[in-house]
Order: sequence, then structure tokens, then C-alpha cells
Amino acid sequence: MRSSFPLFPDSASTHAGTVDAIFIIWSLVSIFFTALIAGLIVYFMARYRRRHSEEVGANEEVSVWLEIAWSVIPLAICLAMFVWGTRSFFDLYRPPADAVEYTAIGRQWMWKIQHPEGQREIDTLHVPVGQSIKMKLASEDVIHSFYIPAFRIKQDAVPGRYTSIWFRASKPGVYHLFCAEYCGAEHSRMIGSVIVMEPRDYQNWLAGGSAGKSMVASGGDLFQSLACVTCHRAGATGRLARGPALEGVFGSPVKLVDGRTVIADDNYVRESILNPTAKVVAGWDPVMPTFQGQVTEEQLSQLIAYVRSLGPIGSAPAGGTGGTPAGTTTADSPSAATTPQTAGPGAPQ
Amino acid sequence: MNTTAAAPPVTTTAETAFRRPNYLNAAYGVRSWLLTRDHKRIAILYLISVTTFFAIGSLFALLIRLELLTPEGDLFQPDTYNRLFTMHGVVMVFFFLIPAIPAVLGNFLVPLMIGAKDLAFPKLNLASWYVYNLGGIFTLWAIIHGGVDTGWTFYTPFSTHYSNTYVIATALGIFINGFSTIFTGLNFIVTIHRMRAPGLTWFRLPLFIWATYATSVIIVLGTPVIAITLLLVAVEKTFHLGIFDPALGGDPVLFQHMFWFYSHPAVYIMILPAMGVESELIAAFARKRIVGYKVVAFASIAIAVLGFLVWGHHMFVAGESIYAATIFSVLSMLVAIPSAVKVFNWTATLYQGSISFQTPMLYALGFIGLFTLGGLTGVMVATLGFDVHVHDTYFVVAHFHYIMVGGTIMGYLGGLHYWWPKISGKLYPAFLSKLAALLVFVGFNLTFFPQFILGYLGMPRRYWSYPPEFQVLNVLSTAGASILGVGYLLPLCYFIWSMRYGKDSGDNPWGAVGLEWDTTSPPPTENFYTTPVVTHGPYEYNREEVHNRMSQEVTLG
Ligand code: HEC
Ligand SMILES: [Cu+2]
Ligand SMILES: [Cu+2]
Repeated sequence: MRSSFPLFPDSASTHAGTVDAIFIIWSLVSIFFTALIAGLIVYFMARYRRRHSEEVGANEEVSVWLEIAWSVIPLAICLAMFVWGTRSFFDLYRPPADAVEYTAIGRQWMWKIQHPEGQREIDTLHVPVGQSIKMKLASEDVIHSFYIPAFRIKQDAVPGRYTSIWFRASKPGVYHLFCAEYCGAEHSRMIGSVIVMEPRDYQNWLAGGSAGKSMVASGGDLFQSLACVTCHRAGATGRLARGPALEGVFGSPVKLVDGRTVIADDNYVRESILNPTAKVVAGWDPVMPTFQGQVTEEQLSQLIAYVRSLGPIGSAPAGGTGGTPAGTTTADSPSAATTPQTAGPGAPQ
Repeated sequence: MNTTAAAPPVTTTAETAFRRPNYLNAAYGVRSWLLTRDHKRIAILYLISVTTFFAIGSLFALLIRLELLTPEGDLFQPDTYNRLFTMHGVVMVFFFLIPAIPAVLGNFLVPLMIGAKDLAFPKLNLASWYVYNLGGIFTLWAIIHGGVDTGWTFYTPFSTHYSNTYVIATALGIFINGFSTIFTGLNFIVTIHRMRAPGLTWFRLPLFIWATYATSVIIVLGTPVIAITLLLVAVEKTFHLGIFDPALGGDPVLFQHMFWFYSHPAVYIMILPAMGVESELIAAFARKRIVGYKVVAFASIAIAVLGFLVWGHHMFVAGESIYAATIFSVLSMLVAIPSAVKVFNWTATLYQGSISFQTPMLYALGFIGLFTLGGLTGVMVATLGFDVHVHDTYFVVAHFHYIMVGGTIMGYLGGLHYWWPKISGKLYPAFLSKLAALLVFVGFNLTFFPQFILGYLGMPRRYWSYPPEFQVLNVLSTAGASILGVGYLLPLCYFIWSMRYGKDSGDNPWGAVGLEWDTTSPPPTENFYTTPVVTHGPYEYNREEVHNRMSQEVTLG
């Protein structure tokens, strides 16, 4: 489907049209101004070419109005561009409520991708057409950048934090996946494919793959094996022993000992696990040990998926159940396991 | 401008002209050059150094373009390729584009244009040249021993933790080089404030001086930040302190903030002086006052100020908050306006001018074309939703080459061709020089225009191999680069040739006004025979005295 000498990229996401429109309109504006200036120059060159060596130019000044016009008109055009571009940009970071979260972890020099259902892929990303997908990005080493030209989206994967971007594929096909941020020797080989499928084909693909555990279920297992439960789950008495309940925490405000209130988002939970003393919950002693070095990036995102899936106390976790053998892969309802309880926060984290 | 100078009778015969005492024949021997304090001789020293680095940087570019002829990485190993584009960027940005116009043309012209005998601190000026070369030697040492592979942007944690190439040596080279830039900037600021000829008020200054002044302010305020940033990289790398490295508790995005806080204004360090040259060329070859003189002058200042507030536009997808991104986007749009205004003013200056098409004017016209395209695409990449797609692709590569190569180098070459008779007292061949200007223009567009398309198609920058469907455009680009290379070699040859065999230029071959043309060419060591007294603005062509000297004009072709 790729022509051997394309001049315009494939458009395969709902977002691509907006970017193309900005591009085309602004190209027309550019052509207009370039032609205007070039035309004037050529005309003046012909009209006012020096006839004899003693000739000098007139000492004419242009009118103030002209001076104002050529400041204000470009300004107005630029501001219009700005508004348009900013709106499309904000859209990219405000995933719709039904967006499903996929994780992509960059490392020198590959993309490790995990589907909510647990499927893992390297340098390949299968997605269904029409589904909103939020890509949560992390890096294990240097900065990489997750780039799908056909979707017109790109976001850096920065070590030590999560970033995200979302898209909705609109046309089945095979598209490039690139790393756009220079990351060392094999940077130009950190490329892969995005395979956009009809939903039914996607389900078949999911079913055919190795039946791993869902993100949430794997997270639940980790919650057990890393002994998070010992502090974060009520004992037989129903009293929490050493740590706060995590039910209903994700997405809601948390009061800290220093008086601040923060929203418990991906980066907050990440920090709670890797660097617990950085933000201590009000009313608790900072006894939680750090898990830095004990969990991989992938496990971390599974743990977070699990924490997010925990409803308010009393309700069963949506996906796996921490401690009890985890639920089976929910292959036929891809979004059920991971629909965030709250729509993603507006800002890239 | 009017001088009361009683210059020796103007003469156009080669013999007498060249035997007149001037800064070139004032003293002979290597010592007289290496220990000189004459700003004009220091400019020549800089010309030699800067040209050397330009040649080295171009060689790297050539090798990059050769590798990209084919989709497979077949000419070099990826490690080698990564070093090539890194060294290309480092050498071109820090050792050519930033110093080129200020250190060569600025050094030569600032005192001449303001009617001074020299810069305020001649020794500091000479020191700056030595410091520049010291920084250059550090960097060359790093290159010879294997180079660096971080990209000229040195992003952490790659540079601090993962690259085991000569990061510290190169960073040190740039650090040292920064001081030479600061010396030059300081010197210009003090000189322009304190040493203007009697009657030369701020609004009688040539626009090149305004641009140089604005540039100097950016240099003095901005350069320390890059120095500190690179120092912190060296500290983190040596002592494993967590500043930028997340594994040590640092913040990699902080590096990007600090880096671009300098490196965005650095773009204006490169382009503002070229804009200054442009104003001089347009005025001289249209024989007309620049339309909206004050607007153009203040536009330089506006660009310098706003230029410090837009660094975040390099980080729209780097994880910066979308609200910060919004502010950086709108400020970047604003900084485009003074640039657009300048383009309109230059164009309007041609109206009712007396336009001649000598070689420098060809560069000036080329500059307008390339700079306009660079600026328009600059607004595109400042547009948030659009930049997400093209950031870190060849679109951005094309955009900044239009500004930095299309703008700065066109300005630099145009300026060199314009003031060459002033510098050397000689003329260069007309046909060859016009051919070179044409080759540069055509070669440049063929090299970089396809890269806009490549970028929109999605080809990321810094790729050593690429998917085959990008090949045709890459081949075009490489073809263009070869033409561009010839276009750059020609002036090198005929400038050197002209020093010995060129026709004598007379004092004012263009019939231009400006204090620098009121003295002999080449000027005497003390620049003026008597201190000029200035009674009017810089581009007054409609005066009796001016008319009389038009007959001196020499037509190159
Ligand atoms: C030794 C007991 C202990 C263990 C083991 C423990 N934690 Fe904690 N955790 C705490 C305490 C105490 C706090 C509250 C104080 C603080 O913020 O550091 C806390 C806070 C948290 C928070 C922030 C909660 C909020 O309300 O904002 C999260 C999320 C969290 N822990 C996750 C985990 C995960 C995941 C694990 C297992 C990998 C884990 N914890 C293991 C004791 C523990
Ligand atoms: Cu990469
Ligand atoms: Cu910038």
C-alpha cells in the first residue's frame, strides 16, 4: 500500500485530517506570501533597475497605514493559526472516556508494547479500527519518541515518568512506527509497524496470541508477591495495619503531610512505589519501602493498572483480585478490564 | 554621511592605491598578525579560522548526504554516522554560524561604521580570537580521537550516562568557545555606546550596528547559561551527581529547558547580524533609505527580547505541560512578526529605488526568498498540533537550515562580497561570483526543499538508514548538496585569487554611502585620517556630495 515515491503521507487516524488541514491551509498562505514578495521583487527589479551610474533612489517613506497593515495582518493570521493548532493539540492530550490504555516502553533499541488484555509485542502494535487508545509511554534508559506518522502523533518517552498521547485509528493497514528522538547507535532501527485491523480481525488476533494475563491480573499478582498486601489490605480484623487503603485512590485527590493536595495519577502512583518518601500521605508514617530496582518498567505499569482498577472499599477490583488467583484474560471485552475510572487528566503527565 | 575628513585624493589606479599606507601593508610578518590589536586584522584572523571550521563542518555534511543516498546504511557504521551529524552540528553552530558575521564582518565594520579608531578593548578582541581557537582545538582533539555521538543538542541522560564518546572534551571546547563570543559581544556593546563619532546619534546608526548591538546583548545574557549547562553535564558525568539523570534523581527535561534557553536565542545570534547585513545591502544597491528605519531597528531589539521567551517550543512533545506549551506557542508566533515586518520593509525599499544587480545584491535577494520560506515554516512548527507531527523530522531540519543556512550564510556571503573591496581593496570576477550566487541559491533549495516533504511524510531526523520510499527525495537532496558545495568553493577560490590578481577596486566601488566608505579601501590602521563628524542619517543618497561620488562606481560585470 506504500507507494515507492509518495509525496503525501497516509492518513489513518481521526486526528490526521486536522493536521493535514493545518498543513494545507498554511502551505497556501505561505505560497501566497512567498509569491507576493517574489512578485514584488521581480517587478521592482524590472521597473526600477538602475539606468545610469549616477542615479539614486527616491527618498520616499511608505505610509504609516501600510506599515501597520503589514504588521497586523500577519499577526492576525498567526493568531488564527495558533488557536487552531492549540485546539488540536489539547485534543491529543484529552483522551475520550472510553479510551483503552496500552503501554509502550522504550529501551535501546526497541518498543515493548503491552495490551490491556496482557498481549505483549515488540516493535509491532496491533490496534482495532475505531477504538480510542491511550498510549502510556515510559522509557527504561534514554529518551525515545513514539511516532506514528500516519496518525500524525508523536510523544517522547522520558525515563522516570509517564507521558501519554491518544489516537483513534480510522483505516486498516500497515503503518510505520518510528523512534523520533535520537537515542544512540541503533536509533534508526528502532522502528516497527502499526497494524490497524477491523475489530473482528483484532479479536481473532487477540484470541490467537499467547493467552497472557491481563495487565490488571498481572498487577494483582505482583501486589501479592511483593507483599504490598501486608500493608495495604485490611487484615482479618478489618483494620488496616500499616498503610492506607488503595481502593478508590486513583484519580482522586490525596492529602499529603505537608498540607498539599495532589491528584493520584499515573505519575503519582509511580512515585509512591519508587520513591515513597517524596510525597507522604497525611496521617501515615513514611514506612513504605522503596521498590526502586525491584520492579521493571513493565511490572510497574501492571501494578499501576491494578491500583487503578481498585474501586472504592468493598467493591471487587475490576480485573484481577489481588491475592486471589487472577481472573482470566478478558479477551472478548477489551475495554472492560481497564476502563479508567476517571477520564485521563488533561495534562500530559 | 558626511565627513570632514581630508582624505588623500581618491585614486583608482592600482599602483598608487595599493601603495597607500593601509592596515594590510602597515606591517609584515607573522608576528605582526598574531600580536595585532587592529580590529581589521583580527577580523581577517577570524575569517581564516571560521572558514577552516566551515570547511570541516561542510565535509561532515557531505559525508552525511552521501550515506543518505541509499536507504540502507551502507557507507558507514551507525556509530560513525551518529558522530558525523553530531560533529556537523557542533562545528557549524558553535564554530561557524554563531561567530561568522559578528567576528568577521562585525569586527571589521563596527569601528568603521561608527567612525572609531578601533573597538573599545583591542586586547580583549585579540584574546577572543585565541580563546576561540583554543575551544576549537579542544573540539578538534575530540573529533580526531573519535568524536561525539550525542547530537549537537547533548540530550540527557544519553549524553551523561549512555554515550561513551568524547562528550566532556567537546563540551569543554564549546564552553571555552563561549567566552570568546562573550568577549566579542561585550566589546561591541561598549564600543557602540562609547565610541560613536561626533554627531552619530543612535538613530543615525546603520542598521547593521543595531543588529550587532541586539546580537551582542543576547550573547552576553545567553551564553553563560549554555556554559553552565554544559558544565553541569560534565559534573554529572564525572561525579555521578543527579542533576539531569532520573536514575540519580535528576530531571532530563530540565536539561532541555536549560539547553534551549540559550540555544533558541542562539538562533537569533545567527540570524540578526545577517538581517543587519541585509539592510546594508538593500540600501546600497537600491540607493535608498531603508523604509521604516526605526521599525527595522526596533524589530531587532524586539526579536532579541522575545527570543528569550520561546525556548519551550522545542519541547512540545517532550513532556512539558500543555499550558506551558500554549504560552510558548503564542510567543513564538509573536516573534515571527518583527521578522515579517523586516521582510516587508526590505521589499518596500526597492520601490522607487535605483536597483543594480551586482553580486552582493543577488545574495541579498536570495536571502529574502530563503528567509521568507524559513520564517513561514517557522510559524508552522510553532503551531502546536502541527508540530506534534513534524517535530524531530526532516521538516524541522529543513526549516532551520532555511533560517541558518539560507539566512545566515546568504547574509554572510552577501556581506563578504559587499565589503570585500573594503577589506582587500580588490575586485573579484563578476561572472564567476554571480554564477556562485546562483549555484548557492539553486543548490540550497534543491538540498533542503525536498526535506520539507520528507519530514511531512514522517522521516525522522538523525536516521542512518530509512524506509525505501524516502529514497527519491533523499537523492535530490544529496544532488543539491553537491551543487551547494561548488557554490561555496567558488568564492573561496576567487577571493584568494583576487588578493593577488584582482583589479583594484578604488575606495568605493559601489558608490555607497556609510562611514566605512568615507575612508580609503583598504582603510589605514587608524581607520580615518581625521575623525568624521556626522550630520545626518545613514542612507542619505539624495545629496549633492553623494551624487559627485557616484561616478566612481565600478561595475563588476
Ligand atoms: C511496609 C508497609 C508498606 C508496604 C510493603 C507497601 N506500602 Fe504503600 N504505603 C505504605 C504507607 C505507610 C503509605 C502512606 C505513606 C506514604 O505515602 O508514604 C503508603 C502509600 C502508598 C501509596 C499512596 C497511597 C495514597 O493514598 O496516596 C501507594 C499507591 C502505595 N503505597 C502503593 C504500594 C504498592 C504498589 C506496594 C507494593 C509494591 C506498596 N505500596 C507496599 C506502606 C506500605
Ligand atoms: Cu530513537
Ligand atoms: Cu527555538
